[in-house]
Amino acid sequence: MSLISMMGALEIGLIFALVALGVLISFRLLNFPDLTADGSFPLGGAVAAVLIAGGHDPWLACGLAAIAGAAAGWLTAWLNVRLGILQLLASILVMIALYSINLRIMGAPNIALIGLPTVFTPFISTVNDNGWLIQPAVLAVVVVIAKLLLDAFFASETGLALRATGANPRMARAQGISTDRMTLAGMALSNALIALAGALYVQTQGGADISMGIGTIVVGLAAVIIGETLLPPRTLWLVTLATVLGALLYRLLIALALNADFIGLQAQDLNLITAVLVGLALVLPKIKGKLRNKQGGKTA
Amino acid sequence: MMRADNLFKTFNPGTPLENPVLRGLSLTIESGQFVTVIGSNGAGKSTFLNAISGDISPDSGSLSIDGQDVTRQSAWQRAALVARVFQDPLAGTCEGLTIEENLALAMQRGQGRGLSRAVKASYREAFRDKLSTLKLGLENRLGDRMGLLSGGQRQAVSLLMASLQPSRLLLLDEHTAALDPKTAAFVLELTDRIVTENKLTALMVTHSMRQALDHGHRTVMLHQGRVVLDVSGDSRSRMDVPDLLAMFEQTRGEKLDDDALLLG
Repeated sequence: MSLISMMGALEIGLIFALVALGVLISFRLLNFPDLTADGSFPLGGAVAAVLIAGGHDPWLACGLAAIAGAAAGWLTAWLNVRLGILQLLASILVMIALYSINLRIMGAPNIALIGLPTVFTPFISTVNDNGWLIQPAVLAVVVVIAKLLLDAFFASETGLALRATGANPRMARAQGISTDRMTLAGMALSNALIALAGALYVQTQGGADISMGIGTIVVGLAAVIIGETLLPPRTLWLVTLATVLGALLYRLLIALALNADFIGLQAQDLNLITAVLVGLALVLPKIKGKLRNKQGGKTA
Repeated sequence: MMRADNLFKTFNPGTPLENPVLRGLSLTIESGQFVTVIGSNGAGKSTFLNAISGDISPDSGSLSIDGQDVTRQSAWQRAALVARVFQDPLAGTCEGLTIEENLALAMQRGQGRGLSRAVKASYREAFRDKLSTLKLGLENRLGDRMGLLSGGQRQAVSLLMASLQPSRLLLLDEHTAALDPKTAAFVLELTDRIVTENKLTALMVTHSMRQALDHGHRTVMLHQGRVVLDVSGDSRSRMDVPDLLAMFEQTRGEKLDDDALLLG
């Protein structure tokens, strides 16, 4: 694998690290199985693409994309806590609705951003083409900031209340925590991160496409699960670190699998590889546990 | 002061599973009073407690705490007034969070939560002092996950959590039922100490008549969703388990046949 394609994998891995952090909040911390991601990722991309194509500041576009994502996550949570719709179903409804909304926002199935200023433009040299290096570097800074802010938030009074809401809602209510409000806020935060990832994604890819959201949730979940397999979830800052590393590792494995000619895999096999990787990540901890038990049996 | 007035609650109304649990239950508890509640299975003890805490909403009747009508308030809204220890040691704490994080959650019960650090350095000192009174060595394990503790230890921490912030009423829902006898005795002793030290108004549900008479100032018995016995003062202190049973049979004109209630 060449250095350039390696950096490309890293770049997408960093973007999906943001998605994975969002999925961590919904699936793991709030215990809310949320598929909104497949709609909020392209929503972020659509909002950012339209704004950038309209000549607005790319960072402003990212901010508004995140707000749009927050609204989508809030809506999913609202359908669940206020109207009592099953979590998974509520998220599927919002995801489906977002497909139409994204088409409305974009006005066309795709928007090209080639040649337009993005968040990366100020750092890219006009003399020699260093975009392959600058884009992952800027993204890395964004991901590190997001991780540190999340760590600080989860250690705060409100962040702790959010974690208690997912871990033991009855206990949380007995401590005076409105679990409904926490779910609304947490789901908004989760999908804001995912939409931000979508906004950055369109800027690295040179355009937005209506179908760019397909499989987002699977990739995010894969990253979370790989992260959990990598590092024991002792403290929360380790969990967020594992999630980021999981996303990077996932993309690198995909790139390796696609680049290894002797395996004969091609780009269209991407989803198959994803399924196999997630399956392996799910089974590995069990195999590890079995091996440990066997060893324990021998020494005892 | 807690005042429950004519509470009714029926589960699954209008179905073959219709189950009227509370049928006009009224009870007033004066401030500083420690009341024990007994009753056979299905008498409505847990439902009554859940109605006070706000986990379930009664079909009719009213509930007030210190003159404040809380009948329609949800559980989290009345958490400032009501502290609670659950029957299941796993229910009262978050096992994935550390001991100090659980205590920090309780430290904020009934207060606004902002973005400042949840576990403050000043809290840690207070937590260590409080935990050392349990004599379980937990004061040196603030960073340990709650899931590493035994059921008894978790119940002890739950009690401590319930007393970190002032409350108008402490609810104890058979909080020793899931513990072995020795641990149960320790937790009960701790309960007495915490209630006395903080001059708490408390309501303790128990399955054991012995416990009901040995602890607190007043004992009420629930049967079929109503208060059928209410003893306090001298008549209570002279009372033994057989007396309580005899009184129950006299009042109801029927024999109590719940073995669980007779033991202990």
